[in-house]
Amino acid sequence: MEQIIIFLILLGVGYFLGNRREQKHYEDIKRREKSTLHVPLMSWGAKQELPYAHDAEMFVGSVVVANDYFKTVSASLRNLVGGRVTVYETLIDRGRREAMLRMKESAMEWGASQVINVRFETSNIGGQGQAAGAVEIMAYGTGIR
Amino acid sequence: MTRSIARATHVTLTTLEGVPGKEIIEHYGLVQGSTIRAKHVGKDILAGFKNIVGGELKAYTELLQESRKEAVNRMVMQAEELGANAVINIRFATSSVAPGAAELFAYGTAVKVR
Repeated sequence: MEQIIIFLILLGVGYFLGNRREQKHYEDIKRREKSTLHVPLMSWGAKQELPYAHDAEMFVGSVVVANDYFKTVSASLRNLVGGRVTVYETLIDRGRREAMLRMKESAMEWGASQVINVRFETSNIGGQGQAAGAVEIMAYGTGIR
Repeated sequence: MTRSIARATHVTLTTLEGVPGKEIIEHYGLVQGSTIRAKHVGKDILAGFKNIVGGELKAYTELLQESRKEAVNRMVMQAEELGANAVINIRFATSSVAPGAAELFAYGTAVKVR
């Protein structure tokens, strides 16, 4: 009985706090994406002729994100029937956009006019037990000015 | 995060196949740096709590950023030993080699540019 109550409390806390944090994070991401729109990111740059620039430097942005309790449970339920796991999609999307923004912002601080040859890397770093489900997402590219 | 991932150095790092505005005059081949980091127990417990509400795990983000810096610095040191002044076409790879430990790996081509 106690275990069920604890489970339900965790589920509720995860649902409400997780949702609120996600909304806030999305608002923050959208605002920052708008304000950094004038610096383009390109995924090409390796095979083409090098663009003209005075200076080039590598920039890295990374973030570790984890699911909330409600999402973990709903994803494991989803595992029974298969199909699209929306709760994970939004998590990874948030993480990837955050990593991209961090890279972009550090490049802009340096004075980059664009960031080229951007690459992404995603890896599961969750170890044993509770922390399973933590994902590291990094973005890296070359800023030129 | 600081301006650049590497410590103050005269070695230019890019993910391109060259350094814009400069010409490659010598190739020194592949250079690499790697580090394996385990998580801190205290941080792991805190992260466990964080797993209830979700979102970013700041302690882990910082830990991995630090380790990645270490890997890049090792790569740069290797390049400096060879006499290079730039590392081009840098790529990163991350893999978890054991439960709770992650390997961060950076590699690139050491060159001399003018």
